[in-house]
Amino acid sequence: MSLKRNILDLRKRKEEVLQGGGEKAIEKQVKMGKLTARERVRAILDEDSFHEYDLFVEHVARDFNMEGKVLHGDGVITGTGTIYGRPVCIFAQDFTVAGGSLGLMHARKITKIMDHALKMRVPLIGINDSGGARIQEGVNSLAGYGEIFYRNTMASGVIPQISVILGPCAGGAVYSPALTDFVFVVENISKMFITGPSVIKTVLGEEISMEELGGARVHAETTGNAHFYAMSEMECFDQIKKLLTYIPWNNSKKAEAFPPQEPSGEFKIEDIVPSDPKLPYDIRHIIQSITDGSEFFEVMENFAPNIVIGFGRMDGNTVGFVANQPKVLAGVLDCDSSDKAARFIRYCDAFNIPIVTLEDLPGYLPGVDQEHAGVIRHGAKILYAYSEATVPKITVIIRKAYGGGYIAMNSRHMRADFVFAWPTAEIAVMGPEGAANIVFRKEIMEAEDPEAMRQQKIQEYKEKFANPYVAAAKGYIDEVIEPEQTRNMLLHALAVSENKEDRGPAKKHGVPPF
Amino acid sequence: MSEELKPLVVHSAVYKTEWTKKFENRKKWQAPDPNLIHSFIPGTIIEIRIEEGQEVKEGECLLILEAMKMRNRVEMPVDGVIKKIHIKPGQQIPKAHLMLEIEQK
Repeated sequence: MSLKRNILDLRKRKEEVLQGGGEKAIEKQVKMGKLTARERVRAILDEDSFHEYDLFVEHVARDFNMEGKVLHGDGVITGTGTIYGRPVCIFAQDFTVAGGSLGLMHARKITKIMDHALKMRVPLIGINDSGGARIQEGVNSLAGYGEIFYRNTMASGVIPQISVILGPCAGGAVYSPALTDFVFVVENISKMFITGPSVIKTVLGEEISMEELGGARVHAETTGNAHFYAMSEMECFDQIKKLLTYIPWNNSKKAEAFPPQEPSGEFKIEDIVPSDPKLPYDIRHIIQSITDGSEFFEVMENFAPNIVIGFGRMDGNTVGFVANQPKVLAGVLDCDSSDKAARFIRYCDAFNIPIVTLEDLPGYLPGVDQEHAGVIRHGAKILYAYSEATVPKITVIIRKAYGGGYIAMNSRHMRADFVFAWPTAEIAVMGPEGAANIVFRKEIMEAEDPEAMRQQKIQEYKEKFANPYVAAAKGYIDEVIEPEQTRNMLLHALAVSENKEDRGPAKKHGVPPF
Repeated sequence: MSEELKPLVVHSAVYKTEWTKKFENRKKWQAPDPNLIHSFIPGTIIEIRIEEGQEVKEGECLLILEAMKMRNRVEMPVDGVIKKIHIKPGQQIPKAHLMLEIEQK
């Protein structure tokens, strides 16, 4: 009889805590177009797979009349569950409880589940929806943030870390997502900034709305803080689940293999690329013409679209694609595209995902703004990331491979395992126009008709150097292939690289140009 | 991103391509004019210590610009004359706002 009473008591206690911030607060949350924290967790995880921990944790604040206040679960939900049958750790800040503000015990719950994820070598998903530090808890809440950032850093490159911004995430709080591998944002719901609009207005006199300052679109397009952008929370959850099908559960595993599939046949590889190297096309169609089922899961679609990164499968296995996009800014490298590609290369390298590079670029973007924005140190990141990576690295040169761009895009000289070139490839120190102007400057200047001479010299240079055979003669590329052969060559190269072993010199860590 | 194709010149070759918003809105480089004094931070003009036509020595304080709770002294970069004052006390100004025109002696 007494056991029954204890069970009923437990149920009652749980029921009370599960109400979160209460009906009114939940109503407010719904009015903002947001799901509640528990609804979110349930929507991401497999049905009925969620197990919540630390339900009865209480806050420890004693100042500012906090001692009498009850904050259920201290404003954060933590636990474990499965996605497609595989285990993950998850936490979700509960905005209905004290605005999801972070106090000491709130942080302890998060760090506890982070430690658990790292120890169990499973992915960590964090849902951020919080007004920020709990001011009443003072420096304790700062300590909490610090302990979270430290764990994000320690877990980096060991387990996948996913941040989902589903509400405000302001001040120091933004640095946890910034340290994780993938950040998901949702239109109208996500807000991220260090300093909010009101402070900016009083201190600096600049007026800007929250959405314009740090809304979802801003982070997906302008800042590059977000990797995935969705129109609704449910679409966002689908993106998270899809991403998890492409990546391994930790750095000692490979991504799960799927049944191999042929490309759909929708994209005819020989019809995509215009023969004039100055005309654009969509490089994503090339990717789709060679991946299993013509599927390509693009990462950071809207940021620095002059380079395309993302995941596809070949023969059932995950491959990371890095591809210049001639459709946008002729596919040049610049500060943003270098940052974007370099971080993705390091992600793939950390998690055993082979990298396929598709190359078609005229070089780095010229301009004072780029030089002053530090295109030297930003551009260096991509060199560093490729050189350092030891996963299988394969390059296909499609058209232009000029100058510094040629070296940067996983060239033979930086430890590429295979370099293939289409017969349309132009591997040269620069394009014919630029080269002719410099090499034949005198002849052009002294000619009776300089323009005619210029065109003649451009043509001469083109015939002699704008091809893959000069580089092939030196062994800088392994084989000149017909476009139709691209998929098969890649499948073969990936199969040969299956047991690749390659190590750099022993070191604590390098000093990349962050 | 705008959908229409625009030119982009790299090493004398003209490529047809789309521009990004960032590229479209990039700031064109302008050589700095030593006779124009701009604000280095957004803030509020607290005090103006000079008048138009006044001769000022290098290092003298021209005005106080308050920003981030700090009162910044804006000093005369060279010996010269104040040609024109473009600001008023109490005015809130953005970054890179033209405050004064001077003439080097």
